[in-house]
Amino acid sequence: MFVRRYLIPRLIQYVLVILLGITAVFFIPRLLPNDPVMRTVAELRARGSTLEPGAVDKIIADLTELYGLEGSMGEQYWAFWGRLLRGDLGVSFFQFPTPVLRLITTALPWTLGLLLTTTLLAWGIGNLVGGFAGYYSNRRWSHLLDTVAMVLRPMPYYIFAFALLLLFAYVVRWFPVSGGATLGRQPSLSWAFVQDVLWHSFLPAFSIFILGTAVWFQTMKLVVQNVNGESFVFYAKLSGVQESKIVSRYVIRNALLPQITGLGLSLGLIFSGALITEIVFSYPGLGTLLYNAIITGDYNLIMGITVFSIVAITTAVLIVDLLYPFFDPRIRYM
Amino acid sequence: MDNTILRTAALQAFYQLDLYGKTKVVKAVNEVDLAIQADEIYGIAGESGCGKSTLLKALVAAVEPPLRVVGGKVTYRIDGKEVDVSTLSPEEKRALRLSYIAYVPQGSMSVLNPVARIRDTYRDFIESHLGRQRHQEAFALAQDHLTDLGLPLKILDAYPHQLSGGMRQRVTIALATLLKPRILIGDEPTTALDVVVQRGVVQLLKEVQARLKNTIVLVTHDMGVHANIADRIGIMYAGRIVEEAATEKIFGAPAHPYTQYLISSLPKFGDKSPRESVPGSPPSLANLPGGCPFHPRCPHVQTRCKEKMPGFTQIEKNHRVACWLVGEGEHGQAA
Amino acid sequence: MKLFRDLLRDYRFALGFWALCLLLFFAALSFGSPYDPTLWGEVPRDQRPSAEYWLGTDSNGQDIFWLATFAVRNSLIIALIAGVVSRIVAVVVGMVAGYRGHTTDRVLMFFSDSLLVIPLFLVIVMLAMLIRSSLNLVTLGLLLAFFGWAWDARLIRSQILSLREREFTQTSILSGANTLGLVFNEYMPYITPLVFSTLINNMAWAIGLEITLAILGLLDLSIPTLGTMLYWAINYQAILLGRWWWLMTPITISLLLFVALYWLSVSISVYLDPRTRVQRIGAG
Ligand SMILES: Nc1ncnc2c1ncn2[C@@H]1O[C@H](COP(=O)(O)OP(=O)(O)O)[C@@H](O)[C@H]1O
Ligand code: SF4
Ligand SMILES: [Mg+2]
Repeated sequence: MFVRRYLIPRLIQYVLVILLGITAVFFIPRLLPNDPVMRTVAELRARGSTLEPGAVDKIIADLTELYGLEGSMGEQYWAFWGRLLRGDLGVSFFQFPTPVLRLITTALPWTLGLLLTTTLLAWGIGNLVGGFAGYYSNRRWSHLLDTVAMVLRPMPYYIFAFALLLLFAYVVRWFPVSGGATLGRQPSLSWAFVQDVLWHSFLPAFSIFILGTAVWFQTMKLVVQNVNGESFVFYAKLSGVQESKIVSRYVIRNALLPQITGLGLSLGLIFSGALITEIVFSYPGLGTLLYNAIITGDYNLIMGITVFSIVAITTAVLIVDLLYPFFDPRIRYM
Repeated sequence: MDNTILRTAALQAFYQLDLYGKTKVVKAVNEVDLAIQADEIYGIAGESGCGKSTLLKALVAAVEPPLRVVGGKVTYRIDGKEVDVSTLSPEEKRALRLSYIAYVPQGSMSVLNPVARIRDTYRDFIESHLGRQRHQEAFALAQDHLTDLGLPLKILDAYPHQLSGGMRQRVTIALATLLKPRILIGDEPTTALDVVVQRGVVQLLKEVQARLKNTIVLVTHDMGVHANIADRIGIMYAGRIVEEAATEKIFGAPAHPYTQYLISSLPKFGDKSPRESVPGSPPSLANLPGGCPFHPRCPHVQTRCKEKMPGFTQIEKNHRVACWLVGEGEHGQAA
Repeated sequence: MKLFRDLLRDYRFALGFWALCLLLFFAALSFGSPYDPTLWGEVPRDQRPSAEYWLGTDSNGQDIFWLATFAVRNSLIIALIAGVVSRIVAVVVGMVAGYRGHTTDRVLMFFSDSLLVIPLFLVIVMLAMLIRSSLNLVTLGLLLAFFGWAWDARLIRSQILSLREREFTQTSILSGANTLGLVFNEYMPYITPLVFSTLINNMAWAIGLEITLAILGLLDLSIPTLGTMLYWAINYQAILLGRWWWLMTPITISLLLFVALYWLSVSISVYLDPRTRVQRIGAG
């Protein structure tokens, strides 16, 4: 039952979403009437990128192959997949001829470090505080936190990031305005370098963390208030089960379930928001890579980042979905 | 010989809602006097929405905003002493639950913690009252208890969603009787079960009562269940008890027009004539009609019914009715 | 009207409503602007806020106050186009999926789930990259509408599913009222409130994406919007150069706008959903 009604549909969905996403990536440049290769080259030139003549020829050849413009649409489509499955995302036009994949893997640890720590921390703390605030929803502190969350919740990461930037980096000058580490410092495993990185990551991490916490706090508080009205909680209370047990094993434990699903569903949004936050702080992750790709007209790199992100996010969602049954016996023993 | 174990005196419990600046009061329990005896099964009947569950909340001292007790009181007799529940501290109340007064909910899908096995729920209940136990001891206690009630031991390893509705209901009864409480309060424990299963659950409740010699207060809108199990029945209408008598009296000689409707709407054996159901619908408890709340639906309505709420008339020993038809209501107030 | 008066008693709704009124008034001022928002160098560059230039001027030589009135107007227009068009898609998809069920439902929900899971923003960036030269207010609104219906279609679908459980639909199905047109007539009154509360959320989402795309330089940068104002401020390093007033205006307006829209939508959905309503009262 579990395998047939939960596991297999999830895996099928995983494969289908990747198929759909990458197919979209394949067709988007073809939606437009003019030749994607020449347009890309023109775009590159228009951006004032200085290209050696040899590079232009290579790019044209590369693009023609990447877009697979030889052969029928069907053949082109298969060729595209063939490349992707070999892990070949082509080369960057701007940083010619560095492979796109290399650029992505260089930027990736920064983004992962920023995103993983802030998202998990925000999820954990938001749920914990939201859980108690929901259980004790008529206490004064609970109302106060609620109001704070009501103000923070609607802000996009980058708007909040700008506000923080204006406040801390410019008005009070506590934190650096941009960058991942002090310029010219060689990456190393020394404590000083780590400190430096943390120092530079503080504002972007802080803005993602604070807003994330506000979101999870608020949804958790609502979920807990709903769980609180469930009959099993009422029954446990009327049976004199100790409050500490009710809060932890009944209310919070059950309220976490929709929050796990919610985490999976919002990974895409969190990721997008984090990319823009990176740009605001010139933090050297995927977001800033994307920004540079856009301003240099490096379409190949954008496509690579998109393909990579689609696979990464859907995989992360799949992992969340696969972990879910461990927390919900109703799925485990369907 | 006053053997009253659970008493309410002129109890009023209202929901006070604040709807966008306007206060709305739902008079869910109004002027209720009950004297429930030790070693009896007391049934409370009435249409859905008449305040039965709210009354039970007051009886088990689980009144939380927006519900408030605005008048009267609830008292338990514990070791010969009358205890007003409003004087108990939260911890004192918690200690009384399950060990002195226990609650059996309707065995709906979500009545047991969906992420805990039955044995874990047992352990939570046991540890909360008997202190931390070793796994083994708690488990042994739960096993003995299930054996006593004739329930299969393998359900301890099940999750609630793996049990049938009837089995879930039995588990709630088992859990509620774990510490042999003096009072057992059941809110529609047989509702939503099919007839055969319902009979089993009623049987289980009767057995439990016979063994523990305790008090059961049983709420259900199903008069058939009351006929089966209750010693005495209180009929509730629009937040008030309007008639109270021994079960045979209620079924044999109902005095209040509303009770008469409830009885006549029961299916009769061999009778093919269409059943009479109560015409009209119950009033909103937030907006009660003046006088007797039943008057808009009552076939015997008189002028004074619309003006003044009738008090109780004692038409016989242990049979009281609040209706102008029956008497002048000098015996005890219902208004 | 009674609904509106009830809502105004909720302080969140009142605050959101008056803040939005203020912003609408501000946007309306653009019709009386002494400057053409597309022209640069109309006023001295980089002036601090003063009696003459209330909110200062930017490095393009534009008056920030009047520019901002156009920006709010244009951002709201984009959001409205995106919101309204995507509502139509969401209602159609949600109704058809909820009503037809079976394979139709599964296929439609697969598409909407995919839109939720895929980092949409990157796909939009790719598209915007290719059609950037033709991205004006309307095309951007439509582009965002194309991607912004998924979540709300899901909400509408589940609303339809719960309505279907009720009796009244069964009777009309039995009496043969089974065409999609009649289904719309029957369900529309029940989902209209949901459509409005999601409209507000969707508008906030659209404004956010407009700002994002503008920051990335993917809009027609001569059109003043909240996003393009930020783009130019970043482009000219306003923070490093200490021109705080240039950023301050679009940031403050955006914050006000996002908070106002959110508070409106929260108070409306609390009003609509008796479950949260009872809880809120229970808490108070
Ligand atoms: N939490 C609550 N808030 C407001 N009103 C309530 C609440 N619970 C019940 N009521 C109202 O109180 C009245 C009595 O409800 P209840 O005691 O549940 O009736 P019964 O159990 O007889 O069906 C109903 O009119 C119901 O609408
Ligand atoms: S008091 Fe009057 S209205 Fe009420 S039940 Fe009796 S006869 Fe009917
Ligand atoms: Mg009830």
